[in-house]
Amino acid sequence: MSATLDIRGLTKAYTPGKPVLRDLDLSIGAEGITAIIGPSGTGKSTLLRCINRLVEPTRGEIHLRGGVGGDVDMARLRGRALRLARRRIGMVFQEYNLVERLSVMENVLSGRLGYVPLWRAWLRRYPEADIERAFGLLDAVGLPEHATRRADALSGGQRQRVGIARALMQRPDLLLADEPTSSLDPRTSVEVLEMLTRLAAAEGVPVIINIHNVALAKRYARRIVGMSGGAIVFDGPPEDLRDSHLSAIYGGEDWL
Amino acid sequence: MSPPAAPAAPPRRVAFAPDRGMRVLGLLVLAYLVYAASQLDLGLDRLVTGLGEGARFVARMFPPNFERWELLVEGLLESIQIAVLATVAGLVLSLPVGIMAARNIAPWWLSGPVRAFVAVCRSLHYVIVAILFVKAVGFGALAGVLALVIASVGFVAKLFAEAVEEISMKQVEAVRATGAGTIAVLLYAVLPQVASRFVGFSLYQLDSNLRNSTLVGIVGAGGIGGTLFAAFKRFDYDFVSAILIAIIGLILLAELVSGRIRAAMR
Repeated sequence: MSATLDIRGLTKAYTPGKPVLRDLDLSIGAEGITAIIGPSGTGKSTLLRCINRLVEPTRGEIHLRGGVGGDVDMARLRGRALRLARRRIGMVFQEYNLVERLSVMENVLSGRLGYVPLWRAWLRRYPEADIERAFGLLDAVGLPEHATRRADALSGGQRQRVGIARALMQRPDLLLADEPTSSLDPRTSVEVLEMLTRLAAAEGVPVIINIHNVALAKRYARRIVGMSGGAIVFDGPPEDLRDSHLSAIYGGEDWL
Repeated sequence: MSPPAAPAAPPRRVAFAPDRGMRVLGLLVLAYLVYAASQLDLGLDRLVTGLGEGARFVARMFPPNFERWELLVEGLLESIQIAVLATVAGLVLSLPVGIMAARNIAPWWLSGPVRAFVAVCRSLHYVIVAILFVKAVGFGALAGVLALVIASVGFVAKLFAEAVEEISMKQVEAVRATGAGTIAVLLYAVLPQVASRFVGFSLYQLDSNLRNSTLVGIVGAGGIGGTLFAAFKRFDYDFVSAILIAIIGLILLAELVSGRIRAAMR
């Protein structure tokens, strides 16, 4: 069964008194893609980064339930427990964030760093099953010939495919994607989203995706969450998203 | 001292701000140079006498005398051993020290003291450190090795820490997000970004230690420097020139080799 995420009263203030996220409640249950839309600086990235604790929440609870790792409150974990919980959450980044000096295969296998012993990671002696899965994922993202190339030799679209393979390599219970297509051209954006949707569905992993492109969000997401000023102002299926909602999310209406 | 503007002309716009402070500073430096030279009795006559003595000294250095080549080779080999041992030991220490000194990777309570330690390593010239070690552990190569290890840590760890501080934290963040532990993050996200620069520093430090290892002998810390100093004291200037030629040859060879390695790594 797939995991669920339950966020309660999440607040994050980088400077005291100026919260970026205000007392936010959000539950993500079903498989499929949940798209978060909203203007820049409204806390979408902060929300995703609070979930896997790349950013420390100021207040609130983030319950990750089900999956293989049991129930945890991400907001309270520390040290080893935090690392064990993090490996259940894959993340895809806007600028891919591959380790450029490492090969594609090393980047994909780094998705296993939370699982394999240190000496195996250091000597590149990954278990056979991991290596097979890595090759399988590279095939699935359409880069079967690129395993030994250095990551900085790839194009943007290819890098993001490797980024997706790295995230899935974790066998995550949940996938976070922070503006995964904002650095890509329109055609590659569609291809990458298509692939992300297909692979996540095949693995049964729910995906939370921050995205600027409303049309793409409506096309791929089952559910759209609109944020403005650090709070949720729309939550529903794409069909229900009206211009009035977009106006509430982004402000103004001349652009619509 | 700007010319008075013609009354009817529009006000002239200034393209470059006048830098009076720099001019005053330049004059002050010039005045100090004159003062310092006069204090140290560095007049023209002193220079002429000095150059005359120098000519006589250089004349006595030729032809170089390689008769005692066994002594020469023994000293050179000892210098090379000191340099290689000190470089390897220094690098092994510099790797963790440099990472612990990097403010973007290590917590402040660790990077602060480690940076202070590196600063202490750098603060004293290696010859002074060599004298200290000669007093502490006795004459010979051990003192030289230890002195150059300190020098290597001071240099490589500082540059390495600066290189680590310039890495892309996005790559680090991505590896951390997979659930990797601290050491795994270092192995997979930090070191790959700085490895080639570390090798560059290492080669440079090996060059540098070869040069430096020829000098620590003068204070009794082993190597060709001791031979050189003894030759000076006995006024064996032809042997001195033989030693100097050998040292120059060694350094040129080292630069050649490290240059090749650098080129091969690119």
